[in-house]
Amino acid sequence: MTNTLHRYGDAASFHDDYVVFAICSRGKNDEDSVPKLRRFLEMALPFQPVNLGDARHGGALRPSKSMHPTSHWKREAKPDFQAVIDGLDTPTTAAAVFDNRVAAEDFVKSVKAADLGLSVNISTSIDGAEQCCHAAGICRHSVGYSLGFEGKTGHLPNEDVLKLSTMCGHGMVSASFAKKMVDWVKEGRRTPAEAVTYLARFCSCGVFNPARAKRILEDARTRTK
Amino acid sequence: MRIDPAKCVACGNCTYVCPMGAIYIDPAIKRATVNRDECVECYACYNGLSQEHLNPTLVRTMRRVFQMMRLRFDPEPDVCPTAAFAPEDLVWPRVVRRAFSDPRVPHESTGVEGRGTEEVKTNDISGRVKVGEVGFTIEFGRPGVGVWFREIQEMAWVLARAGVAFEKKNPITSLMSDVSSGTIREDILNEKVLSAILEIKVPVARTEEVIRLVWDVEKRLETVVALGVGTRCDADGEERTVAPILEQLGYKLERAKTNTGLGRITNAAPVS
Repeated sequence: MTNTLHRYGDAASFHDDYVVFAICSRGKNDEDSVPKLRRFLEMALPFQPVNLGDARHGGALRPSKSMHPTSHWKREAKPDFQAVIDGLDTPTTAAAVFDNRVAAEDFVKSVKAADLGLSVNISTSIDGAEQCCHAAGICRHSVGYSLGFEGKTGHLPNEDVLKLSTMCGHGMVSASFAKKMVDWVKEGRRTPAEAVTYLARFCSCGVFNPARAKRILEDARTRTK
Repeated sequence: MRIDPAKCVACGNCTYVCPMGAIYIDPAIKRATVNRDECVECYACYNGLSQEHLNPTLVRTMRRVFQMMRLRFDPEPDVCPTAAFAPEDLVWPRVVRRAFSDPRVPHESTGVEGRGTEEVKTNDISGRVKVGEVGFTIEFGRPGVGVWFREIQEMAWVLARAGVAFEKKNPITSLMSDVSSGTIREDILNEKVLSAILEIKVPVARTEEVIRLVWDVEKRLETVVALGVGTRCDADGEERTVAPILEQLGYKLERAKTNTGLGRITNAAPVS
């Protein structure tokens, strides 16, 4: 799963995008990992994450399988972090997403202090992750660089759409839908905040960053190309 | 995936949310239809769309009236108003599509959801990529293009000829009929998936060689490739070896996944 590695954008565009995730390894540290993964997510709450999620059940905004017709007018648009924590019931990847470096740094510090024994990774710009580690007194163990997209890149959509759709690294946020949301924001049919909630519900592991998506949609509104 | 024509009201919401663009409104039947060749069974439509359970006849009638009056109505874009999606019982080889495309289905070979790889995310536990080594993840099809296994095989053949070994605990490797040559079992070559990742590991000295091989093959493929390069950091947490090689090859390094090294083996030792 490289679901957070290949987000599209330059380093500066990740200034509000810090994904910290915990994962266990089968046969090595997966015994009793569920309470530890839950603890990891709980520990994120004081640092005001913009999303939480697990790879099996999704993020803090989820689709409904039984919408009532009247619910269109009072649709829940607030992330339900507690539901993510309570719903984690199997060894998987748990992720917390932050929109600023200080929060990510403080979270990593507290995770280090908790000594959960899980593998913990930070996915953001290279400098951003280094600073988080430095602040927490951590020597990086390994690093996985993204070299971006190659090959038939003519198949790819424009930059704004790519930035939005690659925030679900599993590809569940389709480029067509992201383009539609950009267009709707331009037309004034939806606000960026509303458009973000539609997009976030498709992310199946909760690493979609609503704060960054909102900024991208705001920027796209006035862009000419 | 199929869409129940008795329920579909052709609202068109699903045509946008399909990552492959494989859903269209068939003008002959005026219903949303799945292009089965292009559908990768990712279940983004079924899992991602919220579902209402409205009466299809009523909704169609309302839509016709609005259309006649040239009124634009404004439905929520992430809802299937009649819960028209009907997942199928997939059989081999089509089931492979879902295994690689629906991130909620863990791979049997690794137990990991998504594309089933651990890369350097658990390197602090697994020690898979050691000092002096480079782990490559060669991902095909993402974002939103998809890939056929026959295309992946082209890359695998070239890498195998170069004497590169494939990661054993990787879902693609588990589907090779001959790992030494990179040959993928024939019955899945014409299956398309949202994305899939070949994983290899080489000494640092072969980094440039592998990248040039990938560059050469990707020109012949009708998909996109995303390269991830994982390596160990030095004892002081710095990485001074691989980044310069990548930058010399023209890559501007912007983003990375950083393993903090906080993991440790906590399972009880097996009783011998």
